[in-house]
Amino acid sequence: MNTQMKQVFSRPDSLKDVQTHFCPGCQHGTIHRLVAEAMDHFAIKDKTIGIASVGCSVFLYDYFDIDVIEAPHGRAPAVATGAKRVHPERVVFAYQGDGDLAAIGTSEIIHAANRGEQLTIIFVNNTTYGMTGGQMAPTTLPGQVTSTSPTGRDVASQGYPMKMAELIGSLDGCSYSARVAVDSPKHVIQAAKAMRKAFEVQINGAGFAFLEVLSTCPTNWGMSPLAANKRVGEEMIPYFPLGTYKDNSAV
Amino acid sequence: MGALEAGCRYYFGYPITPQSDVPEYIARHLPALGGQFIQAESEIASINMLLGAAACGARAMTSSSSPGISLKQEGISYMAGSECPGLIVNVCRSGPGLGGIDASQADYFQAVKGGGHGGYHIIVLAPDSVQEMYDLAMLAFDLSDRYRIPAMLLADAVIGQMKEGLVAHKYVPPADLAEKTWALTEKCNSGKRKVVKSLRLGDGEMEAHNNNLHARYAEMAQREVRYEGLHLDDAELVLTAFGSCARIAKTALRLAREQGMKVGMLRPVTLFPFPAAPLREHCATARKVLCFELNNGQMVDDVRLALPDKEVAFYGRAPGAGSLPTPEEFLAQIRTHYEA
Repeated sequence: MNTQMKQVFSRPDSLKDVQTHFCPGCQHGTIHRLVAEAMDHFAIKDKTIGIASVGCSVFLYDYFDIDVIEAPHGRAPAVATGAKRVHPERVVFAYQGDGDLAAIGTSEIIHAANRGEQLTIIFVNNTTYGMTGGQMAPTTLPGQVTSTSPTGRDVASQGYPMKMAELIGSLDGCSYSARVAVDSPKHVIQAAKAMRKAFEVQINGAGFAFLEVLSTCPTNWGMSPLAANKRVGEEMIPYFPLGTYKDNSAV
Repeated sequence: MGALEAGCRYYFGYPITPQSDVPEYIARHLPALGGQFIQAESEIASINMLLGAAACGARAMTSSSSPGISLKQEGISYMAGSECPGLIVNVCRSGPGLGGIDASQADYFQAVKGGGHGGYHIIVLAPDSVQEMYDLAMLAFDLSDRYRIPAMLLADAVIGQMKEGLVAHKYVPPADLAEKTWALTEKCNSGKRKVVKSLRLGDGEMEAHNNNLHARYAEMAQREVRYEGLHLDDAELVLTAFGSCARIAKTALRLAREQGMKVGMLRPVTLFPFPAAPLREHCATARKVLCFELNNGQMVDDVRLALPDKEVAFYGRAPGAGSLPTPEEFLAQIRTHYEA
């Protein structure tokens, strides 16, 4: 009987067999896995270039078995643009957090999308600056307590959370924009499908693909992993609705 | 033109006076060569596109002018840290802030002392003519590729905008220029993974990297210094000047020689590495050195560091009201210091 057993689950080929530095309950690990599964699905790891951004995700060069260029804070879409223009036959993705993409890097992401660069952007939104210790992010929810909004985010003086999937999807140059979460098996399955789509758009030369993934940061939220996971469904998804905001990819 | 002849096929830039002639020329000519021109959303994006292209092994460039070069400093520091070669052209403006658009050499310090954070240097070349702008663009790429250090052409509104005769010639790559085995290649990467990065957190890793960079600066100071010498054999007074300022100084030098003054001149072509050793050698018997600049005194610091035992005088000004110093103005300074 053993000879007929089939292995149905393993570490994706595109991920190195190493431990990550991520905190318990952090969903970067899950999202890394989805990126790796998508690369495995299309068998593109040997031709993929990852752009590492500044934040908890900077160490992706230690985790993915691919070529990587590390970008300055917020500039990943510009670095990715330079790389893709030089090597158009390679698959280029950038993996950015919310401080990186939606604060210091808003100009770079909007203009890369608007030019319709053939890129895949993975945007991890956990409503805080993780690496620097939990400061207020552009995506921090109204009333959310962080180390730089100690009485909660006051929208009257600190503005509103940025809804990047909607914003990027509104640009004519963007071919695909969606928001997913990884807080439940159902959402993970949906996220895996969207992740494949975000790569497929680029592989087919169909344009700029943007995938926002809602994620947890239990350490900086001051929550247990389970409570943090619950917060995604109860607080984040109502403000950041899941769904596809743009799909002109015709793939 | 020199950059394109040297095989530069990617340009990323943003408009700013007085350098907009550069992107305008390249936008017309690069696509026909199979290259790509991107007018980016900012100088910040431009320099980061350059970083991405450079990491992929391409010869690529950006250009800007002083305020724009300030914006690029973050990316230049990252390029220096991640050892990405590339060409940055600064057609310098005058003064801090938005400043003026007169010919000025106000950015000498920023260019040769690193400019951004982290204690690095870049290669800085100072053309004094349209011909040198062409020739040094090629040299800049060669040096930048050889040492994996970004290179800058430091020019000003005179060099950047004047019309002058140019003898175009074919670019010949140095025979010993190594292949960029460190760069991300065109095709699939089935071998060793390549990572181009500047974050170095391992114990001792950062120190070792800095020492390695500084060893390369020292090697360049030995091997790559370039300068022009005029009448240095019998000079009692040696002039130093770079770029367009050196053109004015050359005329003043000719006038001084016509009047019987034993004056010579050393024009640094490489500002980093600075020609300190040749300067020491050629000034050994001179009584005095006079440094001319189109600013309030920047390169003169490096001249004084090179010549601790010499009297080094300075005359310079950042042009105002569109007026450059005249050769006669420099000549009067030469006479004063020659006779003193």
